[in-house]
Amino acid sequence: MNVEVDPRRALPAEARLRLVDCDIHPMLRRASDIKRFLAPEWHDYHDRYGNLLQQPFADANPYPKAAPALSRRDAWPANGGPPGSDLELLRRQHLDAHDIEFGILQVLWPTAARQRNLGYAEALCRAVNDWQVADFTSQEPRLRGSIMVSQEDAPAAAAEIARCARRGGYAQVMVMPRNTEPMGRRRYWPIFAAAEEHDITLGCHVGGLNGYAAASGAGHPSFYAEEHHSNIFAMEAMITSLVFEGVLERFPRLRFVAVEAGLAWAPSLGWRLDAVWQRFRDELPEVKRPPSEYLRERFWYTTQPADEPEDPRHLREVFDWVGLDRILFASDYPHWDYDDPGRALSVRLTPAERRMVFRDNAMAVYGLS
Amino acid sequence: MVAEAETLPARPRASPTTAGAIDVDLHPAVPGMAALLPHLDGHWREQVTSRGIDGLESVMWKPWLPISCRPDWRPASGKPGASLAMLRAQALDAFATEVAVCNPLWGAPALPSEDMAIALCRAVNDWIAREWLDAEPRLRGAILVPPQAPDLAAEEIERCAADRRFVSVLLPAMTEAPLGRRMHRPIWRAAERLGLPVAVHAGGTYRHPPTATGWPSFHAEDHAGQAQVFQGQLLSLVYEGVFGEFPGLRVVLLDAGISWLPNLLWRANKTWRGLRAEVPWVARSPADLIREHVRFSIQPLQGPPDAEGLERLLDQIGAERMLLFATDWPHWRFKGNEAIPPGVPPDWLPGLLRDNALETYPRLRETMP
Repeated sequence: MNVEVDPRRALPAEARLRLVDCDIHPMLRRASDIKRFLAPEWHDYHDRYGNLLQQPFADANPYPKAAPALSRRDAWPANGGPPGSDLELLRRQHLDAHDIEFGILQVLWPTAARQRNLGYAEALCRAVNDWQVADFTSQEPRLRGSIMVSQEDAPAAAAEIARCARRGGYAQVMVMPRNTEPMGRRRYWPIFAAAEEHDITLGCHVGGLNGYAAASGAGHPSFYAEEHHSNIFAMEAMITSLVFEGVLERFPRLRFVAVEAGLAWAPSLGWRLDAVWQRFRDELPEVKRPPSEYLRERFWYTTQPADEPEDPRHLREVFDWVGLDRILFASDYPHWDYDDPGRALSVRLTPAERRMVFRDNAMAVYGLS
Repeated sequence: MVAEAETLPARPRASPTTAGAIDVDLHPAVPGMAALLPHLDGHWREQVTSRGIDGLESVMWKPWLPISCRPDWRPASGKPGASLAMLRAQALDAFATEVAVCNPLWGAPALPSEDMAIALCRAVNDWIAREWLDAEPRLRGAILVPPQAPDLAAEEIERCAADRRFVSVLLPAMTEAPLGRRMHRPIWRAAERLGLPVAVHAGGTYRHPPTATGWPSFHAEDHAGQAQVFQGQLLSLVYEGVFGEFPGLRVVLLDAGISWLPNLLWRANKTWRGLRAEVPWVARSPADLIREHVRFSIQPLQGPPDAEGLERLLDQIGAERMLLFATDWPHWRFKGNEAIPPGVPPDWLPGLLRDNALETYPRLRETMP
């Protein structure tokens, strides 16, 4: 907790920059609380069978994280639940402390989107989406939810997008790059059609784990340090697939936000895809323009984990390559690699540029008001 | 040897800027199994003949793909890369190269049978020595080995290294397990002891999908995804402690591109600072280790399209000794003699063209002043 010593406290309220935080992780106080929202016909399944993902452990990730619940040590609430489960602490420690005008919730647990049992996945996604409204967005007007969808069951995902869009309170559809197949393939197109029809942004939060596809084509790594870094690789593969499959031409109004991958990789990805496209153009007839143009116009990138070049000048060069209108602040509260908005970005920005990165770009891409 | 094309390209201008250079990446092509029969023992000659085993070109480098051969380098008949006369004219003479390293990309290392893989790699290595190195004194060889059979690979490295014209080891980028895993240490140990850098070339075994998101649709994605493959391999070599255990080891990434390197260094340093308790044997920062131990061929570069952008990128990389000249013959990477893109500082050229390679490939120093 840095609230008391934060120098921005001394500023008058009207001089402070109000922020939009594109990555806040809510949690259930108790795992069983999801049953308040789960359709009754799934309660027995939930109790007797439950979580079944594409990985070996009943209730743990194969790459153990850096901290319990992946979280800051100071973010454990007094209510006995895990970090992110206490709205009061979230308000006090994060929303109020940093003058956050809007925060986007990104749900990682329960892992509804990737359940192997598609019936359970569909029911659990509905429950997660209803829980966000009941426990967070309906009680705190600064928060917006994410529509979690069963990614391997595109028709069910499209139906859930329609249900939630009618209801309101959600800023985005949340998807994760590491599906069963690359995101641009045809089986996922109904998700894009629904998002476009309801004019909802797709938030692509790093993660997923599909077992058979390693963190890169190099093979399965050993360490969390590798797996954490490799989140970038999956994000790059996802964007490559979306561009090369022609998704951006087929769904011309879709907007994609890459969440929790940082952004210093994006210029290099654009250059490489342009070079590859030059050699494989007749294999990719749906790609009408140099791939870097799609990256520049259809994708946004959140800052966390903040890129930290050895020479801070280089971060400004990267921001200019990416485009300042593409960059959105995110904190990843309450996770261990959280970025403090006052300290995380060691890049020289004008006041107008700061407003874009910390607020206005997100207001525009998510249609917040 | 395949019949020569009717016309060979005109000889270049008298003194290209590359005169006297060391080209670390040429790709002589195995014309087919018939060419290897003289280099197989009785058992394997009988096996490949009676079973009709052939067609082991890597799927990423199928001879007919546009990327596999520059249009003005493509022979009228036969596979690209199969003609020594064309290699002389198009690569060695055209760039006035003093010495060049042959990296055969034939698919033998990808065979699931360790026995068949090592038998065919041995045949390729002997074929390179007889048909290319004996015929052209400017050529040197890389020892092709199957990474999934490290003990057999180490024996083969030892066997070939008796011929001082073999100056490096050659591995595919996509392996069963990441290259840092302990199983691969016999390869690193042999290479370090014998003074051979280990070259890792785009392509591989396809034991799992080439991307973290599963099997993509297009050749273009396999090629684009190699950037993530190489990064995954470098993270593995760093975090598994390979560079600490083999301080004399040099790794050369061929056909990798270089524009992803700054982001890799920055993010790896940041991750290491946060998570080094997980890998306490990694005593130096990843950027230090990579800059000391890893080298890159400059084709393909896949960087910013403008000279100023490339200057910025090279400044971010910050280590001119990491870059090695290569034409990637006969792959289609650049036109004319433009193997060195505009933006490379003139004072980097002596290192790039020659000195860096002499430092990286100790055996080249035995025949070059």
